[in-house]
Amino acid sequence: MAETGFVIDRVSFAYGEKQALDDLRLAIVPGRFYGLVGPNGCGKSTLLDLLMANRRPAAGRIEYNGRCLRQYGRRELARQLALVPQEFTIHFAFTVLEVVLMGRHPYLPRFGAATGDDLAIAHQAMAAIGIGDFADRYVTELSGGEKQRVVVARALAQETPVLMLDEATSNLDVGHTMEIFNVARQRVRERGETVIAVVHNLDLAAAYCDELIFLKEGRVAACGPTRETLTPAVIEEVFGVASRVSHDDFSNALQVSFRYGG
Amino acid sequence: MTLQSSHNASKRVASLALLLLLALIGLVVLSTGLGFIRISPGAVLRVIVERVVGDTGLAAGLDPLFSYVVMDVRLPRILTAAVVGAGLAVCGVLFQGILLNPLADPYTLGISSGAAFGASLALVANVTLFGVYSVPLFAFAGAIATLLVVLYLSSFDGQMSANTLILSGVIVGAILAAGISFMKYMADEQVAMIIYWLMGSFAAKSWTDVLLALLAVSAGLAVAVFYGRDLNIMSLGGRSSDSLGVETARVRKILLITGSLVAAVCVSVSGIIGFIGLIVPHLMRFLIGPDNRRLAVLSALAGGILLLCADTVTRAVLPVEVPIGVLTALIGGPFFCYIFRRRQRGIAHG
Repeated sequence: MAETGFVIDRVSFAYGEKQALDDLRLAIVPGRFYGLVGPNGCGKSTLLDLLMANRRPAAGRIEYNGRCLRQYGRRELARQLALVPQEFTIHFAFTVLEVVLMGRHPYLPRFGAATGDDLAIAHQAMAAIGIGDFADRYVTELSGGEKQRVVVARALAQETPVLMLDEATSNLDVGHTMEIFNVARQRVRERGETVIAVVHNLDLAAAYCDELIFLKEGRVAACGPTRETLTPAVIEEVFGVASRVSHDDFSNALQVSFRYGG
Repeated sequence: MTLQSSHNASKRVASLALLLLLALIGLVVLSTGLGFIRISPGAVLRVIVERVVGDTGLAAGLDPLFSYVVMDVRLPRILTAAVVGAGLAVCGVLFQGILLNPLADPYTLGISSGAAFGASLALVANVTLFGVYSVPLFAFAGAIATLLVVLYLSSFDGQMSANTLILSGVIVGAILAAGISFMKYMADEQVAMIIYWLMGSFAAKSWTDVLLALLAVSAGLAVAVFYGRDLNIMSLGGRSSDSLGVETARVRKILLITGSLVAAVCVSVSGIIGFIGLIVPHLMRFLIGPDNRRLAVLSALAGGILLLCADTVTRAVLPVEVPIGVLTALIGGPFFCYIFRRRQRGIAHG
């Protein structure tokens, strides 16, 4: 299977009458950190759902590694793509280890139990995100930030070449946010994995993403390397606000400033 | 937790399952001996083996009446109670898992109201088309028709959320309850029969009832165990479970239909018996955690034990036979309040 990533070809999607994505054309190549940026309701989460094959495009097609997405089986796809959703509620008192081990589900036979390898991978994932000593705690008793890291560990345990973060850190403080993005960044650098992250904070996007995809009203407004696309003109076009983009020495990345408070 | 400790957990679950199984078998033998005519457990066993194996020497010296009482009167009732208890508990596990709600039970989706409506209709209209099975068949048809309406109401664009399911169930249940009230109002002498049926009973059960319930419940349990891990993962929510390779929509539909069919069979055999499906999965989850594969098996055993105990109390211990549905609600209700309070205070991990 050729590792060519995603090819999104003239894809449209609508919720009832409401057009969510319109004639989208994009290529997402392996080994890069992608940021998906745009105003609320511009179709970012919908695009992730289409890429995850949770929803089917109304028109057009999406290829992953040279094959149409709908030709993949669910389990096969779960060995390729992992998702960290924004919100995570669980109503039953599973332990953290049990939830992280659910990431191994696509690899287990129906009546097979998790093997020592699966446990090792789960523990490695928990250690990577700094929750190594959480294994026996109940997920129902964790704080929001702790829970979100459990979900990330679960997605890491899935060991997929592609990791998608859907506003995975929007409820977290800056420390926890960096922790999650650092792990994602590390996976891209060391393993050549692909990360596609929906990000609202443009400074965060600038610091971590190799490529940015700006969406506006279901269309691609701009896409390309962060240095080229994160410009006042694009921000003005997509968000309708004036900004200044400059290099910041301390973060060694682009930084976006706005004139707050009118 | 290491592999060793997860191995130990499995061993603990296995020994608990064995313990419950032995308790259930012991209870069946013991309760068969209880009643107006007392029969010792030894005599009960000898009668059963004699009838099953055909070795007449075993029952020599026993009152020939014993054979009739054990095999034709008590055992069918006792086994039906145990199997229905198991079935309701398995349904509870399924519905709580599918609806992502620890407070759901086999009746949350209006299944019981549908069955009650069907049964009331058969009683009021005095349907005798299918002989003694007219009422159970109407109850079953009512339950299935209700399920179809609820599924239709809650499906949209091939999606079906836990919330819309519960809402649809509540709406349909309310309409049916009004219909039942109207029928009670219209009925003359049948009103007592309707009330009697609605409160549930295991009196006068036959081997046909036992077999029918056993077939439905064991099939339901098998499906629950087969999809147990998928159900575990579905508790993360549909978007997450899809991304983990579970065909959430399909599995949810299969389990929903399985649970409803089992519930419908249980209700049509025994009338409406509440709280078993709610409490037993709760208790078991408290003991062994929320893994649905283990939970389904252990809940089945515990549900059988609990309902059999309740039926034996009303049949052989209390001076007057209290309707079983009333008894389970009277015992189960306060007990549930207790669990609920404990949960609120964060002591239990239900």
